[in-house]
Amino acid sequence: MKTENQRAWFFLIPALLVMSINAFIPIMTVINYSFQDIFAGSAIWIGLENYVRVLNDSEFRSALGRQLIFSFLILLIQVPLGIAISLGMPKKGWRATVALVAVGLPLLIPWNVVGIIWRVFTRGDLGLVPVFFNLFGYDYNVANNAVDAYWSVVAMDVWHWTPLIVLLCYSGLNAIPDAFYQAAKIDGASRWSTFRYVTLPRLRSVLTIGILLRFMDSFRIYSEVDMLTGGGPGTTTAFLSDVLVSKARANEFGYGGALSLIYFFIILIISYVFFLVLTNVGTADETPKEA
Amino acid sequence: MAKIELIDVAHEYQIGSGDYAVKDINITWNDGVSSALLGPSGCGKTTLLKIISGLLRPSEGTVLLDGEDVTGLSPQERNVAQVFQFPVVYETLSVFDNLAFPLRNRGANKQEVRERVHEIAEMLDLQDLLKKGASSLGAAEKQRISLGRGIVRKDTTAVLFDEPLTVIDPHMKWHLRRKLKELHARLGLTMVYVTHDQHEALTFAEQVTVMDVGEALQTGSPRALHTRPAAPFVGYFIGSPGMNLFDATLQDDGVMVGDLKLSYPSETLQGLGGKKLQVGIRPEFIEVRSDPDDGAIKSTVEAVNLTGSSLILDLAGKGLDFKVRVMEDADVNEGDTLYATFPDERVILYADGRAVKSTLKEAA
Repeated sequence: MKTENQRAWFFLIPALLVMSINAFIPIMTVINYSFQDIFAGSAIWIGLENYVRVLNDSEFRSALGRQLIFSFLILLIQVPLGIAISLGMPKKGWRATVALVAVGLPLLIPWNVVGIIWRVFTRGDLGLVPVFFNLFGYDYNVANNAVDAYWSVVAMDVWHWTPLIVLLCYSGLNAIPDAFYQAAKIDGASRWSTFRYVTLPRLRSVLTIGILLRFMDSFRIYSEVDMLTGGGPGTTTAFLSDVLVSKARANEFGYGGALSLIYFFIILIISYVFFLVLTNVGTADETPKEA
Repeated sequence: MAKIELIDVAHEYQIGSGDYAVKDINITWNDGVSSALLGPSGCGKTTLLKIISGLLRPSEGTVLLDGEDVTGLSPQERNVAQVFQFPVVYETLSVFDNLAFPLRNRGANKQEVRERVHEIAEMLDLQDLLKKGASSLGAAEKQRISLGRGIVRKDTTAVLFDEPLTVIDPHMKWHLRRKLKELHARLGLTMVYVTHDQHEALTFAEQVTVMDVGEALQTGSPRALHTRPAAPFVGYFIGSPGMNLFDATLQDDGVMVGDLKLSYPSETLQGLGGKKLQVGIRPEFIEVRSDPDDGAIKSTVEAVNLTGSSLILDLAGKGLDFKVRVMEDADVNEGDTLYATFPDERVILYADGRAVKSTLKEAA
């Protein structure tokens, strides 16, 4: 075997230093804090007490509930919508280029700017959304009406992130050889069975990535909502990160640390479940309908 | 099963471009024939196959199935099955459900589906795999499933193959090809097999069509393609090595190739003036001997190549360079002098890329 040049490690030192300062040390600090009660510069080891408090905290629990409903809701909307849009997009020529750029545009906008755009969009005095709803006699009010606020946040997320699913599916679709569609045609498959047995199975890997990314990102949503509704009215649109930020701002570092870690593990576990389900569905030797 | 006819078929992918993928196609496949479309990559054979299956509507011409015009019909209306170059299976379905797919799409009842799928699985040696997921299988098995889906319907009119053995391992190729022949014998299927491999085409098919740059140059039995190639391209594309071809010029009562004069009756030569003339003869039909012979071409052996079963000699004489196939035990060395004869009935005269009819003699 060839001896590797160990000096290479030397060049990694700057990167490792940066990493340790901006990632490793903060994470260790958070873990450390989560086991202590911290106030006015003093810290007392209190074991798992912070974790127990978080799990019993009604504010945390209701935010978690809202968060789960929100994340599943936007997946339910964005995945089918994204697939549908990608199916309808032109496959080649200048139209394909135009469509790709148009669809991808929202992805280029920074998260907080998205929030500002939608805030202007939905404002009672100058926004287009209230004007639109007023046409139908509905008195839309993002600031005071909980239902309006919630659906506005959902709509904003759909607008911002469905393009990601579209782009992933679009590339997935283009990778399906024509022969598969031709074979389905010859086999007399309907449009639905062609989609069900040819297209969808071949989109599995891109959809797995898309769903995981969307789940993780939506679970951590903060800036857009903060800009649009600030978590209100009341706590209608206060998601997990909102609770976390308010704890950190209130200098509850121990409690915040425990919350962060629980937050992290929830994302990890749910993502892992998604991953297992998505990579296994349809691949195992399914029992035939009859044999 | 059905008879397939293509009448004056032509196709441009961009209408009006004048850039034809295939043109002037007139071919008939009789009911139950096993046939091949043979040609180099890009010659239009896959386009032609799509026109037969109905995946592509030709920009000109008519497609007949058992005498009925099906030019505008879709693949499922024609009941034509196709096996693709890369095996196509429905990956989330079991082998059973894959085979049942075309039947269920046509609303067959459970009893019918079960019987037919088991019957086909037995023919293709897939019985033991029925419960397996199709995605877990190898290319050769997938290709058998793909074929099975084609023949599972009883009303399948023809099965088309688009280079179906490309991604199959060599040892499985032989097996699969034999399976195809067996199925053909058993079911009497009309089969059209597209390939660029002359060996595959000539061993599989009773009728072979040779194509080049969008044109069908010759349709005939493997033997006819060998003994009477209707175009220079057929001559050198089929055979290994291919036909010897020489440029020829018209002279009095014959044609000149190099310093050799070949005599032809005047009616053969009529109307050949101004056309590009070529003369062809296959290496295996040239007779050589070591002692001088009247009228034979005195030639020098420039190279001796052993191909296993025979020797291929590169000869030069009378201003011609040509290859000759002789028995492997012949005692020939480089630099030897040999006397070569071109038997009259083996020499074919071509004008503008087509054989001059009267020179296409029936081979004994």
